Amino acid sequence: MSAIIHGAGAATALTTFNSKKLVAPCRTNLPARSKRCIVVAGSDDASKSFGSSSVLSVRRPQKLIANAVATKTDTSATTGHELLLFEALQEGLEEEMDRDPHVCVMGEDVGHYGGSYKVTKGLADKFGDLRVLDTPICENAFTGMGIGAAMTGLRPVIEGMNMGFLLLAFNQISNNCGMLHYTSGGQFTIPVVIRGPGGVGRQLGAEHSQRLESYFQSIPGIQMVACSTPYNAKGLMKAAIRSENPVILFEHVLLYNLKEKIPDDDYICNLEEAEMVRPGEHITILTYSRMRYHVMQAAKTLVNKGYDPEVIDIRSLKPFDLYTIGNSVKKTHRVLIVEECMRTGGIGASLTAAINENFHDYLDAPVMCLSSQDVPTPYAGTLEEWTVVQPAQIVTAVEQLCQ
Amino acid sequence: MALSRLTSRSNGISRPLSTAFGRFISTDTTPITIETSLPFTAHLCDPPSRSVESSTQELLDFFRTMALMRRMEIAADSLYKAKLIRGFCHLYDGQEAVAIGMEAVITKKDAIITAYRDHCIFLGRGGSLYEVFAELMGRQDGCSKGKGGSMHFYKKDSSFYGGHGIVGAQVPLGCGIAFAQKYVKEEAVTFAMYGDGAANQGQLFEALNISALWDLPSILVCENNHYGMGTAEWRAAKSPSYYKRGDYVPGLKVDGMDAFAVKQACKFAKEHALKNGPIILEMDTYRYHGHSMSDPGSTYRTRDEISGVRQERDPIERIKKLVLSHDLATEKELKDMEKEIRKEVDDAIAKAKDCSMPEPSELFTNVYVKGFGTKSFGADRKEVKAALP
Repeated sequence: MSAIIHGAGAATALTTFNSKKLVAPCRTNLPARSKRCIVVAGSDDASKSFGSSSVLSVRRPQKLIANAVATKTDTSATTGHELLLFEALQEGLEEEMDRDPHVCVMGEDVGHYGGSYKVTKGLADKFGDLRVLDTPICENAFTGMGIGAAMTGLRPVIEGMNMGFLLLAFNQISNNCGMLHYTSGGQFTIPVVIRGPGGVGRQLGAEHSQRLESYFQSIPGIQMVACSTPYNAKGLMKAAIRSENPVILFEHVLLYNLKEKIPDDDYICNLEEAEMVRPGEHITILTYSRMRYHVMQAAKTLVNKGYDPEVIDIRSLKPFDLYTIGNSVKKTHRVLIVEECMRTGGIGASLTAAINENFHDYLDAPVMCLSSQDVPTPYAGTLEEWTVVQPAQIVTAVEQLCQ
Repeated sequence: MALSRLTSRSNGISRPLSTAFGRFISTDTTPITIETSLPFTAHLCDPPSRSVESSTQELLDFFRTMALMRRMEIAADSLYKAKLIRGFCHLYDGQEAVAIGMEAVITKKDAIITAYRDHCIFLGRGGSLYEVFAELMGRQDGCSKGKGGSMHFYKKDSSFYGGHGIVGAQVPLGCGIAFAQKYVKEEAVTFAMYGDGAANQGQLFEALNISALWDLPSILVCENNHYGMGTAEWRAAKSPSYYKRGDYVPGLKVDGMDAFAVKQACKFAKEHALKNGPIILEMDTYRYHGHSMSDPGSTYRTRDEISGVRQERDPIERIKKLVLSHDLATEKELKDMEKEIRKEVDDAIAKAKDCSMPEPSELFTNVYVKGFGTKSFGADRKEVKAALP
């Protein structure tokens, strides 16, 4: 059977969060070097102009800026069904298990219990104990077993009950999962998917609020993706299972109950593609996972203040989708990265380096990166709130960059 | 037999043994029964009998292949000292009986996974001398295209899963392979080999627990050469009876210097694993070299000990004595065989030395598998859409 991948900007329906309705043009339509509008805020800063672009002074919205707030959707065009993010993951997993008998799931409490976040609910009843495996609590061993099974041709989906627990399996993920394809000269492929929830939740404590994307990003041979909506969760899960490379799929504890309408037909999302959440002109905001929603919330405020941010959910944490990001930087010339990783050595740090290296000539201002504080996540609610980036900080940062 | 295929393939030219060695014909399969040197010690199971069924051809094959392995390792020693092999080189001489005995009773569908002392096991699985030396010297015709090195030999078509550098990490992988064998209902087993040093790794017991829970056809083989690099086993393990460490998993202690004892034990283990789940085999063996080429091997043990084992328990000597006592060949014929093996190894080394280094572009190949959704794009990517397979 064949189906098309929906491009990054495919139309999806209303989400319960206030994100803009996506009618973004698909990538091939992105303008390469169109006329650029430069925001000149305040009178003291000299305006910079590039080429033949016109300089506009925008303080109050003179021209129409598209909504940052989602309007009530009128999508009756696409049939779809509404579900929560964890159900979307489950649907993707179930469809792939139906499609390919080599796909199996292993993890703690994924079988009879249904999964600690209900992602694997009902799968054990449907597929049996040999395909949905309850493991004892030994991350190192069962991750190793999943990788060993993948060497023979199975396609295990390994679940870490919380991403932080996978630190115990770091050796297996780094040395065996990432490197075996290379050190065997291409003889073995490791088509595993390692997935699990991570990120700062609601007062879960320091050890259960880990963001492992920064630790894993240097491992050669793996791919990392982060899902943020039910649509891309299902799409990325399916693509990850079908991929011949090892893929680490980062989910977020607080996003499991997002509701969205997703298409009925079979679709996947490209693993290295970024998603254009809200096209804009003034500044590029790069984000992923939960911070996408903080950014969109800040975008509401920003639009009311007269800014036009372009929001991109980078989705692919390794490798970066420098094509989409580059096109955006060439358009807006200002970049703000909003992430949940720690400041030191996080995804934002790598992305900043990559953008500076590749697009230095197009930048009007230094790349700014907002990340979580370099502290273990505290338990107290107020302290935890200050650990991660809040919408108010994003607004301030944008204002500062756009001066 | 797998071994006879090995011998003719590693010759390069196939030559019937009869013309080379006068009176004995290669097709002679007169059965012989051989007693193992020591009885087996068992834990939670009934030990197999000490009488091993074999044949004249097998006896000669054992001798030839073990002599080949021994010669290969000694040659690797010289190459390392000549700085043609760099990095780490862990030699297997002294332990050949384990590789040989195991190969005698398993098929290419049964999987073997081991740690870094993998040269001889790779050879036993059907690898060629040329591939071994080319990989050791980092040339492009090596079994891993020169990108793996001494510790990363793999042979997928013979179910040899390597070749791992991190101590103990291969055991969960091996149990995963056993799981896959059970999943596809293959009626095959996996031999996950490790050393006495790795026997103290936690992931081993984790993997053993899962294997016993899920009844996986995994056989854990502890090659106990009594030293974990420089640490003797009694200094590293409170309970050096590695065959008993499985607790609820049956175990068998085997004289690892006796190829026939190993053969019998592996046969027993394969039957057991297919029916009852995991079993541990402890092979009591010895390595003559140090842990690796950077280790002289004499700071933590006496030279008398090494030469004592060499005189009394050497696996090749044992087979040689059996061959001579069963009148299968004369001393001179065996010496000729060894000379021929020496030449074979030297030829392979010369050929490997001539092989070129990998192309610079090979640096970036095999990091990812090219395929759906997996192409890495840079800043100038043009096309992103693809169709579902």
